[in-house]
Amino acid sequence: MENKVLMKGNEAIAEAAIRAGCRHYFGYPITPQTELAAYMAKRMPKINGTFLQAESEIAAINMVYGVAGTGKRVMTSSSSPGISLKQEGISYIAGSDLPCLIVNVQRGGPGLGGIQPSQSDYFQATKGGGHGDYHLIVLAPSSVQEMADLTALGFDLADKYRMPAMLLADGTIGQMMEPVVLAEEKEISKVNKPWAVTGTEMKREHNIINSLYLAPDELEQKNFERYEKYKVVEENEARYESFMMEDAEYCVVAFGIAARVSKNAVVAARKQGIKVGLIRPITLWPFPKKAIADAASKVKGFLSVELSTGQMIEDIKLAENCKVPVELCCRVGGMIMSPDEVLGSIKKLMGGAK
Amino acid sequence: MVVFDKPKSLTDAQLHYCPGCTHGIIHRLVAEAIDTLGIEGKAIGVAPVGCAVMAYNYFACDMVEAAHGRAPAVATGIKRSLPENIVFTYQGDGDLASIGMAETVHAATRNENITVIFVNNAIYGMTGGQMAPTSLPGQVTQTSPYGRDVKTAGYPVKIAELLSALDGPEFIARVAVNNVKNVKQAKKTIQKAFENQINGKGFSLVEVISSCPTNWGMTPDAALKWIDDNMIPYYPLGVFKDKSAKEEG
Repeated sequence: MENKVLMKGNEAIAEAAIRAGCRHYFGYPITPQTELAAYMAKRMPKINGTFLQAESEIAAINMVYGVAGTGKRVMTSSSSPGISLKQEGISYIAGSDLPCLIVNVQRGGPGLGGIQPSQSDYFQATKGGGHGDYHLIVLAPSSVQEMADLTALGFDLADKYRMPAMLLADGTIGQMMEPVVLAEEKEISKVNKPWAVTGTEMKREHNIINSLYLAPDELEQKNFERYEKYKVVEENEARYESFMMEDAEYCVVAFGIAARVSKNAVVAARKQGIKVGLIRPITLWPFPKKAIADAASKVKGFLSVELSTGQMIEDIKLAENCKVPVELCCRVGGMIMSPDEVLGSIKKLMGGAK
Repeated sequence: MVVFDKPKSLTDAQLHYCPGCTHGIIHRLVAEAIDTLGIEGKAIGVAPVGCAVMAYNYFACDMVEAAHGRAPAVATGIKRSLPENIVFTYQGDGDLASIGMAETVHAATRNENITVIFVNNAIYGMTGGQMAPTSLPGQVTQTSPYGRDVKTAGYPVKIAELLSALDGPEFIARVAVNNVKNVKQAKKTIQKAFENQINGKGFSLVEVISSCPTNWGMTPDAALKWIDDNMIPYYPLGVFKDKSAKEEG
């Protein structure tokens, strides 16, 4: 029988990470992700792991860089303003082709913003965030169960593609409690990491973890190689959930907590005879472009439902390529739309779409 | 019979340092300590941003290149992951005493069991000679063209004194490499900073007073003399903190 437990989303991430073989956690206190660090502080010393409260977000991400260089599974977590501080380190980690997991339990911004849920770090997460050409694998959980499942997936994908992964959650999913089935602790799939710094033992040439290439042709080559890898990730790792899309004439696109609200709106609309469905991106990078493009040839319009002033909507527009109208339903600053507001936006889209 | 050779833990790569720069001496002292203690196979070095940015090509052990100032945080991660390995950072004054001050102080106060080599030449060398946190009062640099005015630019940071006020760190010392006597003392001190790590004692930092003839605008010879006349009077040499010696004594 499945062993269901009731957990907060933030705690589910922590326990799932430990079960995925992560034994090194570095963080700095910030609301609304604090439960994650508190859980790690309790558990890590009991399992011979590292919990370290760093002096800053910058130090924490650079500690992650250090552990990632040694080839071990490692993570940090923070919330929006703290993730901004981590961008320097994230760029170095991406530029050195190291795997790790970064958790962002988003809150409202910009600046100090607020402490209520938000999805307004979408651009930052999916378009790079720090300096230079790079991507993160970005996973968007929509339930406490997915907080756990996508944490494990994040570590696996990071190792597989030798690149950082980000769990882009929000304050709601982080704070709410739901039943969750946690995977048994498993042997980490042995990914060979011959590049790791572990000491040469005088048996091999020295390994160097580095993102500096002063020769421009060499740096260009490194960037092109990385983008070849990104193409493979885009081809193989886009994930999404499709809900009531079979006969849909309109398509709502939403992730995270906004997708939970949107699902209720879709069900309510169906009761009124409106043929609407939902595409819920589970990976934000790679974005499920093909699913959107396929839908674009069948539906009369898209509605992007986001807790931002309209960030994901740009990716929807790029994927559907101007075939049909794309409208926005948004609340920001920590406010969350109601299913009725989404339903109203669906009806407005129907009125405007030809 | 070979009477003088390159340390084994330096690679054959040609150093990029300017003529008369003392980085070469300090690289050699670090490598000699690694050789003497037989720890090359276990050593992992962390290179800074600054003149020594390419130190990862010069040390033969495993190396990691850190962002500006973050070497102590990166070294913390490595050491926590691999506590049996020997982890060291090699950092300049802008890196360690300005942008990386928080990482330096907190690695010290946690008494992270790492070895830190801090090269203080009172100037930003790699970017062409700007004022450093350790530039002396009145020192002319590209960004203090009328001399460092302590009224507007503040006073130099005395890292060894500052860190030795903390309860955490095991060993804090300052040495210089401007003459044979000082180099000999520097060699002993750097070796001790590595021995401390091997013996699990904790954070050991050696500040090395160094020269920058290019950006000081002096001949190598005059630069070495300038250390005696100006640097050492402001930055006195010696051991500032040695927890184990205190306990034993």
